[in-house]
Amino acid sequence: MSKLLVSPSPHIHSKDSTRSLMRDVVIALIPAVICSIVFCGWKELIVLLVSVASCVLLEWAITKYMLKKPSTVGDLSAVITGILLALNVPYTTPWWVIVIGSVVAIGVAKMTFGGLGQNIWNPALVGRVFLLVSFPTYMTTWSQPQGLFGADAITAATPLSAIQEGLMQGASVQEIMAKEGYNYGQMLFANLGGSAGEVCALALLAGFVYLCIRKVIKPWITLSIFATVALVSLVFWGVNPDRFTDPVFNLLSGGLILGACFMATDYVTSPMSVWGGVVFGVGIGLLTVLIRYFGSYPEGVSFAILIMNSVVPLINMGFKQKKFGRK
Amino acid sequence: MGGVHPHDNKISRECRIEPLPIAPTVYISVAQHIGAPSVPVVAVGDKVKVGQVVAEPGGFVGAFIHSSVSGTVKSIAPRADLAGRMATHIEIAVEGDEWLEGIDRSETLVTAIPEDKKAILDKIRQGGVVGLGGATFPTHVKLSPPPGSKCERVIINGCECEPYLTSDFRTLLEKGEQVVVGAAILKYVMGGVPCTIAIEENKPEAIEHIREVIARLGYEGIEVMVMKMRYPQGGEKQLIDAVMGRQVGSGALPISVGAVVQNVATALAVYDAVQKNKPIIDNSVTITGQCFPKQANLLVRVGTPLRYILDYLGGIPAEAAKIISGGPMMGRAVANLDAATVKGTGALLLLTEAQTRRAPESNCIRCGKCADACPMGLEPFLLNKLARAKDWEASEANAAQDCIECGCCLYSCPAHIPLLDNIRVAKGFVLGAIRNRAAAAKAAAEAAKASADAKK
Repeated sequence: MSKLLVSPSPHIHSKDSTRSLMRDVVIALIPAVICSIVFCGWKELIVLLVSVASCVLLEWAITKYMLKKPSTVGDLSAVITGILLALNVPYTTPWWVIVIGSVVAIGVAKMTFGGLGQNIWNPALVGRVFLLVSFPTYMTTWSQPQGLFGADAITAATPLSAIQEGLMQGASVQEIMAKEGYNYGQMLFANLGGSAGEVCALALLAGFVYLCIRKVIKPWITLSIFATVALVSLVFWGVNPDRFTDPVFNLLSGGLILGACFMATDYVTSPMSVWGGVVFGVGIGLLTVLIRYFGSYPEGVSFAILIMNSVVPLINMGFKQKKFGRK
Repeated sequence: MGGVHPHDNKISRECRIEPLPIAPTVYISVAQHIGAPSVPVVAVGDKVKVGQVVAEPGGFVGAFIHSSVSGTVKSIAPRADLAGRMATHIEIAVEGDEWLEGIDRSETLVTAIPEDKKAILDKIRQGGVVGLGGATFPTHVKLSPPPGSKCERVIINGCECEPYLTSDFRTLLEKGEQVVVGAAILKYVMGGVPCTIAIEENKPEAIEHIREVIARLGYEGIEVMVMKMRYPQGGEKQLIDAVMGRQVGSGALPISVGAVVQNVATALAVYDAVQKNKPIIDNSVTITGQCFPKQANLLVRVGTPLRYILDYLGGIPAEAAKIISGGPMMGRAVANLDAATVKGTGALLLLTEAQTRRAPESNCIRCGKCADACPMGLEPFLLNKLARAKDWEASEANAAQDCIECGCCLYSCPAHIPLLDNIRVAKGFVLGAIRNRAAAAKAAAEAAKASADAKK
């Protein structure tokens, strides 16, 4: 020892870093990634690789050549955005569409605002919604996955768009579901989705449980989304089961689980306090069901989360934690 | 509310408290407590004995300071303390170990408490007793509640929630009887109110031992309360909340909710001063750290140079990069190894660079971990921004002055933002503004009164 280090307290730090938290999110996404590749095949692997690579490269290039700052890709948040974007599109999406999505996600929604922590909206969702609005055909039709080495088969609509189209043609919900052959066991385990990330609900939930156990996220946002979606759709379905889909169908379809577990819980774009998170979650749940039932888009989770992202600063103002020894 | 759970690293917990051989020269600071520095009452060349007063209080909030050794006063001059600040020190060259008459050095436990409360308070004052939990606030002042306030419970703080520290734990195990009698004295002085000895659950031996001692000595109204392991459980406001369910308001004193809190080492010092006539001349110091080959709890005479203590234990290892006086969360980094210990020195912790390294700061990711960790319910991320914008008014509105500087926010921040560093700055400005306002209001009131008197 030659010199004494002198600095203010505290002198130790927890093991957590932005990178370690993001690494945990990546780990939590691995089951869903594996499932999506197993069920959708090698095309999904390409979607994932293209998405992650373009997100990471783009962030690196923007920091290096435009901002001329040290690169931030080491915090792994671009990797997460890449994986989430990939899981948010059907595996049949062409690679150039995904690249456009990542440009919007990283370039527009994230780096324009100042990078990680500064963005108002979840980058992957902004990318996804951009693609949904710009390329609706790619985003709402999918091919029946044939497993890792199978060939593409029948092209079909996602369950939510199938139901919306059926309703417009005057059929009842039960008739459409019987015709399309939807059943909940299949939805929970695999093989009934639109986007790759919707193919296995259980894998997503396993990742969610991991994040809660590791204390990376708190469960309240996700649980309040689930509870709200279930309750609101229960009311509508109870009133008119011919016109409205039932709660279980709503919970299992349309990327609700992916959105509620991995995108609504994004630190940057969600409220900090527990009760703020509950309000946020209830808002997402309510908007999701209303958009699905009454909106012109079959799918509402992405819009609902982005809308609620916008009011997070307001929620944060309304739900400050109680200060010690003050009224 | 809030708090963090750092690894407790109590690697010196099995080390008995051993007396450190007396250093050849000690340097006794006259500024060892909160309040006015004491005034030296010895002159260069004077012979002093152990326990002899060498400095008297410089004001009501002040403390007597005693010689911790016998020998000759060599100099009375400014010297750098362990943080590098200058303070007057009395340098004494040690000759033998001759104690002042009247100090009971025997091990006999004296349980009979003097009847006269005033006399007890005076003994505590004469013994130079200050809060040894960190704040070093003069104990007799804390035990004299302002008129209109009433003490309802005495709390003895045995949480020792900072990682690494074990001197209070060892004191509870080895001097449990004395601590309990000290608690009984404090309880008696405060009017016989109930007394709680609060110990964290990670010290089961101490909990069991103190319970046994209370039963053996037959004290009523003194109980051990087992506290959850959490930092900063031993923070004064947090402890009162946990024990009594009452929150001390912003800027208020514990007595405002009827609490008087004293640390375990202070209770022992009260026992020594009242029952044994022994002023604070030494204190238990934990010397620890993974990079330090020898863990120890030493009984160190006040004024011993840090270098002497570390050399006694084999010197400073090459990998040690930082030496901390106190615990890793709230302790001060030592800037000067020639500095001497003071009454409040409870630990010397040696950390390697890897253990204490601060990673470079990155963007706030709004995870809210700092707000979750803050035991005062503050929003460190917000206070940090306000402090960086030098917005002291908004800092005050968001209660920067309530910060207890426990370090939980900075400890838990995954983006390694120096939250507490910035909040400290804001707190300083806000407290200054509050003081200025109070002074201005007082001056205005006096001026108004003077003009009203003139009109009469």
